[in-house]
Amino acid sequence: MKSPDREWLKKRLGGSALIMMVAFSTLMIRFVYLQIIEGDEYRRLSQNNCIRLQSIPASRGMIYDRSGILLVDNRPSFDLKIVLKDARPMDRTLENLSRLTAIPMEEFLDKIESAPKGSVYKPLILKKNITRDQLAVVEARGFDIPGVFVDVEPRRNYIYKNSAAHAIGYLGEINEKEIRSGRYPDVRSGDSIGRYGAEKSYEELLRGKRGGSQVEVDARGRLVRVIDTVDPIPGKDIHLTIHALLQQRAEELMEGKAGALVAMEPFSGEILAMVSTPAFDPNDFIGGISIDKWNLLMANPDNPMSNKAIQGEYPPASTYKMVTAIAALEEGVADRSTTRFCPGHYKYGNRVYRCWKKWGHGKVDVLDALEKSCDVFFYRAGEDLGVDAIAQYARGCGLGKPTMIDLDNERPGLIPTSSWKKRRFGKPWQGGETLSIAIGQGFNLATPLQMAVFTAAIGNGGTIYRPRILKSVRNVLEKEGMEYVAPEISGGLPAGRETLNLIRQGMVNVVESDRGTARGIRINGVPMAGKTGTAQVFSLTKAHRESNLPLPPHLRDHAWFVCYAPADNPVIAVSVIIEHGEHGSTAAAPVAGAVVRAWLEIEGMMPSVSVP
Amino acid sequence: MFDRRFIDSFDWGLLVITIFTIALGLVVLYSAVTAGTSSDELDILFKKQIIWLSGGFLMMGLIVFIPLKTLDKGSLFIYFASVFLLVAVLFLGKHAGGAQRWLAIGPFTVQPSEMMKLSLIIALSSVFSGMINEMGLSFRDLIKPGLILLLPFVLILVQPDLGTSLLLVFIAASMTLFVKVKKEVFFTFFAIGLAVIPLAWNFILKDYQKSRVLTFLDPSSDPLGAGYHIIQSKIAIGSGMLWGKGYLQGTQNALAFLPEHHTDFILSVFAEEWGLSGSAFLLFLYFMLILWGLNISYCCRDMFGSILAFGVTVMIFWQIFINISMVMGLMPVVGVPLPLISYGGSSIITNMIGIGILLNVSIRGSSLP
Repeated sequence: MKSPDREWLKKRLGGSALIMMVAFSTLMIRFVYLQIIEGDEYRRLSQNNCIRLQSIPASRGMIYDRSGILLVDNRPSFDLKIVLKDARPMDRTLENLSRLTAIPMEEFLDKIESAPKGSVYKPLILKKNITRDQLAVVEARGFDIPGVFVDVEPRRNYIYKNSAAHAIGYLGEINEKEIRSGRYPDVRSGDSIGRYGAEKSYEELLRGKRGGSQVEVDARGRLVRVIDTVDPIPGKDIHLTIHALLQQRAEELMEGKAGALVAMEPFSGEILAMVSTPAFDPNDFIGGISIDKWNLLMANPDNPMSNKAIQGEYPPASTYKMVTAIAALEEGVADRSTTRFCPGHYKYGNRVYRCWKKWGHGKVDVLDALEKSCDVFFYRAGEDLGVDAIAQYARGCGLGKPTMIDLDNERPGLIPTSSWKKRRFGKPWQGGETLSIAIGQGFNLATPLQMAVFTAAIGNGGTIYRPRILKSVRNVLEKEGMEYVAPEISGGLPAGRETLNLIRQGMVNVVESDRGTARGIRINGVPMAGKTGTAQVFSLTKAHRESNLPLPPHLRDHAWFVCYAPADNPVIAVSVIIEHGEHGSTAAAPVAGAVVRAWLEIEGMMPSVSVP
Repeated sequence: MFDRRFIDSFDWGLLVITIFTIALGLVVLYSAVTAGTSSDELDILFKKQIIWLSGGFLMMGLIVFIPLKTLDKGSLFIYFASVFLLVAVLFLGKHAGGAQRWLAIGPFTVQPSEMMKLSLIIALSSVFSGMINEMGLSFRDLIKPGLILLLPFVLILVQPDLGTSLLLVFIAASMTLFVKVKKEVFFTFFAIGLAVIPLAWNFILKDYQKSRVLTFLDPSSDPLGAGYHIIQSKIAIGSGMLWGKGYLQGTQNALAFLPEHHTDFILSVFAEEWGLSGSAFLLFLYFMLILWGLNISYCCRDMFGSILAFGVTVMIFWQIFINISMVMGLMPVVGVPLPLISYGGSSIITNMIGIGILLNVSIRGSSLP
């Protein structure tokens, strides 16, 4: 065993002991400094535990429309708060407070009981958004209610109420689980976070960072001095791509109908208007929606809480014929000169598939078929293509998958394939089902947004843009902090130039030709392209068909219309669905036409045609 | 079997100091947990602490019977067993406060990083005892000790537990300086140390750690978070003044002010209630403990034992110094408990095993083979 040299060890250890003694002396000096030299001051601060933390809320970013019109701002809300430690005696204080404000005592006791334990020093919210009268009385009689004070917190205000409610969304109080998830590091219990729409998608941008101050209070909880303050950082303002006037015009047109409308810029994917009717008022959700109002919303069979523009999945019906046409032309099962004879029905196997026109369209080529929406032409095309080929083109056109718009809970729609049916139902695909698929019926489902994006892509020459509602972000703290969001391309239509030109011509004819299904919405001087659709909700029996009686409303067909204008260089693409509106040409097309007209007027593109 | 010399040469002084400190700790813990805690929780905390202390005494007693030679020979085994536990904690560990440090064993949780301190000290003592020379250690000599430090350092840093990993560095550095290094080695490491700080700031520290350091440099930068605790802790300590507010009379000692008032911030409770007189007495007690440890190192006739005793002493020293500096606002809040006083099983057991090692060296180093 190696034995250490005594002298050497003594030197090393002596040095160590010296260093440690210096360290301990430092600690001792610090004790003396804190407890003797500064002792009086600290003793004073510790009496009554008079240091309080006051949180300073950050103001949430404003929301504007694309033209700079303010849509959402913040109004002051006066919140009644209490610091339990300072509210002595508590019973008397609460009694006085209840008497002064005419708020029942039970309400206060409930709030105090449900508060987290060990927070006697932290302010507790007794009542949010008290009236001005209550505020005046509380401020004036502070002496009778120690520990009670009024805090001003910003409260969200949705200026146009129902307008664009689904796109803008609303806030809701954060729950325990979300706080624990760690995704909202700066949010405390009692704060609100975006729960729907842009408020949710852009929570990170809109929410600022809380500040706070340490203050000294006296024994009655009244402020003596502010020791230190950290300023809150306000949230960023955002501009939506929505145009408030167009949005409001579209909402007027959709008033009283259940359905959805999407208008977008074909060359950027920016959503100009997004309507889902019926809508809700986001203001109702502030501070928690009342049970009555919530029940009312839930009881409405037209489901106001759902954003039908992105969540409503409907059979695309004849608006899907562009997909079948693209597939047929690209796959070579038809070309521009291929003609089919339509006698008003098509026999497949032992079943008869009807064209919507009972007496038939006669001889039709692809342009006629689009213009008049002849079903028989597309039955033939579907039969030749097969379901899986159609599905491949449909997906290429952006259907059957989310468009990835910047809103939550978007539905993907459905494009059936033979393997999908096998998986889903365990049954093989039937040839006849392909015929239904070819005209957008059967299992096919699409959202109004998907159809708008698809229509816009046809209009802009084949580019599928990712749709979005955020136009720009402005950092309030910087002068020139405007940041614009760049358009994002998510794909291209699986169609060559020649195919696309044919489709576009067919869609122009729908509106501009004298026999087109939407000739009624023509705008003089501005060529428009469109397509009607009538989605079956209920298969008519023979008896029904012949009885000619009107169907009950909830079994009537959905009316579709998609369009873009001007046809050669479009500035707007619109997709409209009216639930149970029956005919695309009569129910949906006029709405879309009026929206196009409104946008052209806003953009100053309406030709001033003098009526002869 | 039982050796009479055991009792004759037993270091009763060290044991008395230890028991005295532990008793003081229980008294403060009682005060710390009384305020703002329900009686059930209080009961559980207190009972747990007593169970840990009993476990600590048991371990302490067991350690005394292990011959130093066995510790020396088994040092690498102990070291790698601890490293294994550190790896295990990364995969099986429990999350607490954003870090993964705990292994659950039945109703108790242990922190392998605490055990690692002792394992590191034993391993380094073994390595250093073989290479000591008059001139001091060269760069080459330091490769092996460096690797021994690096492995647990990284494993604890990724948990993440910056406090403990830095403590390992402090302990290893102190031991290295103790066995003496060449001048050029000393200055090189000094320079590297200075250079590492900005690098660590940018690449290693997590946000919460940065905010702690920033808060330390400017306590008012975050009055809602860590800065608030430092200020409240200073108010508690300062308001104790010369004689303190009296036992169980502390007013700052409430849950609302000191979140870790029974663990890392227990000294604030003590200083508030006992004032400068109490604080000075505690410092004196600790200083006695440290000097006793250094004396054991001096009296030992075996190199390994000497370095080991020094290592354990320096470990206790650093914990005391860092914890007290922290609660008085002289250092960032890094989460190092106060030895023998703070509530917490791993810290209690580690430090009591450490005392056991000191007793062992004290008994064997001078008389027993």
